[in-house]
Amino acid sequence: MLYFLIRRFLWAIFLFFCATITAYIIFFVIPSDPAQIACGTHCTPAIIAHVRESLHLNLPIYQQYWLFLWNMIKHQSLGYSYADGQSVNSIIKQDVPVTASLVFGGALFWLSLSIPIGILSALRPRSVGDRSAMVFVLIGISAPPVWIGLILIYVFGYKLGWTPIAGYCDFIPSGATGVCSGPGQWAYHLILPWLTFMFLFAALYVRLIRANVMETMTEDYVRTARAKGASSQRVLFQHVLRNSMLPVVTILGMDIGLALGGAVFTEFVFNLRGLGSQLIQSAGRQDLPVVVGIVVFACLAVIVFNFIVDIAYAWLDPRIRLST
Amino acid sequence: MALLEVSDLNTRFRTDDGIVKAVSGVSFTLDRGETLGVVGESGSGKSVTFLTLMGLVDRRHSEIEGSVIFDGQEILGASSARLRKIRGQRIGMIFQDPMTSLNPVKKIGWQLQEAVLLHNDVTKEEARRRSIEILKEVEIPKADTRIDDYPHQFSGGMRQRVMIAMALINNPEVLIADEPTTALDVTTQAQILRLMTKLQREHEMAIVMITHDLGVVAELANDVLVMYGGRVVEQANVNDLFVKPEMPYTWGLLGSLPRLDVTAARLEQIPGQPPSLLHPPKGCSFNPRCAYAFDRCREELPELGTGAGVVGEGHRFRCHLPDDERARIWEAKKAAYEAEGSAA
Repeated sequence: MLYFLIRRFLWAIFLFFCATITAYIIFFVIPSDPAQIACGTHCTPAIIAHVRESLHLNLPIYQQYWLFLWNMIKHQSLGYSYADGQSVNSIIKQDVPVTASLVFGGALFWLSLSIPIGILSALRPRSVGDRSAMVFVLIGISAPPVWIGLILIYVFGYKLGWTPIAGYCDFIPSGATGVCSGPGQWAYHLILPWLTFMFLFAALYVRLIRANVMETMTEDYVRTARAKGASSQRVLFQHVLRNSMLPVVTILGMDIGLALGGAVFTEFVFNLRGLGSQLIQSAGRQDLPVVVGIVVFACLAVIVFNFIVDIAYAWLDPRIRLST
Repeated sequence: MALLEVSDLNTRFRTDDGIVKAVSGVSFTLDRGETLGVVGESGSGKSVTFLTLMGLVDRRHSEIEGSVIFDGQEILGASSARLRKIRGQRIGMIFQDPMTSLNPVKKIGWQLQEAVLLHNDVTKEEARRRSIEILKEVEIPKADTRIDDYPHQFSGGMRQRVMIAMALINNPEVLIADEPTTALDVTTQAQILRLMTKLQREHEMAIVMITHDLGVVAELANDVLVMYGGRVVEQANVNDLFVKPEMPYTWGLLGSLPRLDVTAARLEQIPGQPPSLLHPPKGCSFNPRCAYAFDRCREELPELGTGAGVVGEGHRFRCHLPDDERARIWEAKKAAYEAEGSAA
């Protein structure tokens, strides 16, 4: 187990370097001048030169990268935004709750839809229900999330007026007047983004779960359980489900980790100030520290969730437990 | 009265390519404490016959006809609730591949206790006690600690012992063993067969031994069914079958057995492929591979009947060859075998 943890940790460090170095290189091959952007439109060349120096933009790329590493290790700081001087740590801290609300709520929605549909489809392959589920899956996989989001906004927010069209409210009540907050408002504003996520991912998960359950149903040990006299419900819940959920856990961990790094399209459509929309904005104005900061966070999220998957896997499958 | 009486059992699977006639008109009886050997190649319908009578064939994609009387009651087409009471309680079943027949994510103990608790109104502690006891009975060392292990911590032979324990834990009257030794190495095979004979005596149960190994049949069975292309082609008492088999397919099976007393450069083999169950040959299903087939064999399916000079009561077979010709061919084959034996 210790060996496994050490290996995992070394991999995480390696991954971290790959991701941040890539972000730096991409940034430097784009021909533009962040100092100009930071300085604003009415700027004399002298001021630009001064800004460039204060942001260390005159240094070669490897020195800038080294400064970034040094700050992170020495001060636990991801630096300051070129655009407005805000600390990247506080920007991320402010954006994470929005993205996390979106991703975890969305995951809950898509799982609670796709698990029952996937199982029912697998139990009655080629039935009317299964065929309709597959049509739903095809639509969900083919439709772009922006389009799904816009359609939901148009129908439920605009035409029916059931939900807000966009925006985000804090989960924790703030008490300030004129600012919406509290769990009720929070969920009310997030329903459409969650539904968008649900359509997008439920489709993939229905297909995955259906295939896994169908495959597990043909396993020899399922026949053994039936030969023992177990009812079909018992066979399904005690023998099929846990075995067929193993691959789903893997994919779920990866998807959540990735989505935490920025649910770009959904946040964009619903005007949510999360990591995704921050990333688009910062990339647009050449704000390297914020972009790299989000990359670092996304890396961490992927690493952490892969680790959670490994632990969950070991708990679900005793064969893994011994070999690690 | 026979414990199990199967008459004219038919199982057909509906597939995209057409109807697969997996089992056609199979009839046999099984008495209490008796061992029935069921022999045939892969795809001869031997497993499907018993999966059908256990109600383990998917009814949505199959058509099942005939009658299965178990202990005086018709069980073919019985409700799933009634069948569940019989499965695991009065008829136990073990399968070919012990490596995949146990649930990999549940402890052995859990799986054994499940079998107990499904059929008996007892506490978990009692179920566990019975599980340890049966593990001892199938000769698993350190049963009281091994019970908390997972299947992957057991070897193949040990897993088959666990499977046997699970099938026997409720003291069934019948054990259906579907090629229980095929996936095991030879020494383990012998151990498992010895164990089964011992348990059969102690539990006074009937065994159906499904196998393609005539050696296993010779060792264990009282009666034998030889199956080919979904049909019974020969049925007899085991001694009668080995003394004078009547059907060319059975001759082929006997001829393909390796013998210790003969150094054969090459084992005899039955030419050709098993018949397609989707498009079975016209007439006798064995005719395309039969060295003695004549016109009638290609036109008309022989009845399962008897003839002059047949050894043993109830010895039946499907063959159009005239009695004297069959006897002549068998005498010649036997003489050849014996000549080989004495030459060696």
